[in-house]
Amino acid sequence: MIAIVDYGLGNILAFSNMYKRLNIEARVARVADDLTGADKIILPGVGAFDHAMELLEASGMRERLDHLVLNDKVPVLGICVGMQILAKASDEGKRAGLGWIDGRVRAFKSLPAANELALPHMGWNDAAPVADMPLFRQMKDDARFYFLHSFYFECANEDSVGATARYGIDFSCAVRSGNIYGVQFHPEKSHHWGARLLQNFAEL
Amino acid sequence: MLRPRITPCLLVHDGGLVKTVGFKDPKYVGDPINAVKIFNEKEADELIVLDIDATVNNVEPDFKLIARLAAECRMPLCYGGGVRTVQQAKKIIGLGVEKVALSAAALEDPDLITRIAEEIGSQSVVVVLDVKKRLLGKEYDVWTHNGRKNTKRTVLEVALDAQARGAGEIVINSIEHDGKMKGYDLALALRVREALHVPMTILGGAGSLDDIVSLVRTCGVIGAAAGSLFVFKGAYRAVLINYPNPAQKDELIRASLGAAAAQ
Repeated sequence: MIAIVDYGLGNILAFSNMYKRLNIEARVARVADDLTGADKIILPGVGAFDHAMELLEASGMRERLDHLVLNDKVPVLGICVGMQILAKASDEGKRAGLGWIDGRVRAFKSLPAANELALPHMGWNDAAPVADMPLFRQMKDDARFYFLHSFYFECANEDSVGATARYGIDFSCAVRSGNIYGVQFHPEKSHHWGARLLQNFAEL
Repeated sequence: MLRPRITPCLLVHDGGLVKTVGFKDPKYVGDPINAVKIFNEKEADELIVLDIDATVNNVEPDFKLIARLAAECRMPLCYGGGVRTVQQAKKIIGLGVEKVALSAAALEDPDLITRIAEEIGSQSVVVVLDVKKRLLGKEYDVWTHNGRKNTKRTVLEVALDAQARGAGEIVINSIEHDGKMKGYDLALALRVREALHVPMTILGGAGSLDDIVSLVRTCGVIGAAAGSLFVFKGAYRAVLINYPNPAQKDELIRASLGAAAAQ
């Protein structure tokens, strides 16, 4: 069973609908006990980094998530800001992130190329996965996804880069470290490419 | 590479979908949910749905319809029409909509843009500007209430102000080009594009995929929205929902941005 973490951010319904269509059992988790029995965890999120961390802490699920992910090694997929909070910190806020993947979230607007970029980065962009990235299995080399964000994940270790996309720079649009995965784009709104990615996660 | 967005824009009137010409003469073109289902199958880049009754009737957004649209929609959805408060915007996002569009309310109370952006994030706040060229001179005014009220403020002034206040995207909707299917107002599009640094979408006038090519060739990567183009077929404007297939989209990018960009 896949637990979709609902801490007040992100399009929970879109994930539920997508897994219903894929015929994969998924349940929305609003309190820590809802996470019991989860063999996969989806961590959505939109908006600001600090706001996401505040709400996640306030949900009462943080401790249980830490345990499931770090001790029990349950696969987790962070999406959009849900991916960014996997990092240790963000230029967007003051709060510490979950710190599950070593890295820091940076602002596109601080890039030298920022003047030439429309920001936020909005729309469909191509993702180039690394060779053994399981989330991109069975996709042709035309993988593309819908992005909507102003900050990006900067991995401390190159091993954590799962896929890159180009916007001003080549940034990590997917990250991974052991059982922990994150994608910056919105697979739940990315048609057959997104459906495939969410199915791949379910089949890990 | 970031691709231009090709976005169907659907207008809701009396619970059904309509298409207007010059913001007048709404013609019934079908059921909103059915249209969303077809655009899902066609894998449209994103979708804009505007309720053209809510503001003029001074009623709340139709949350029941929004919930049904959001549940059905498998592409990013932007909803506009009658949004006047932070609470309404939050509720719409909570229903599973990616972006909330503001128009009349943001013109009357520009600080609303900031207040909503603080709650749901700038990336989800879209300001839609209905514009019309002044009878004399080159300026364009921003209008509201389906083209009935002239704010007498220029498009650049309003767009720059909305951007500064936290709008994450600006949609420029040409009243004069609406429904004519004779091409976008390219000069206006370029002028606004050069002035703004947030993403932009141009609406009004597209009659063929070539018109989208011309827009992207002029403005670079941008949102190209259209109503008539995606709901009518042929010279007699028979209602038939349509959208370019992946090969046509790739060809469009190649034609507008060059071969290197299509890779």
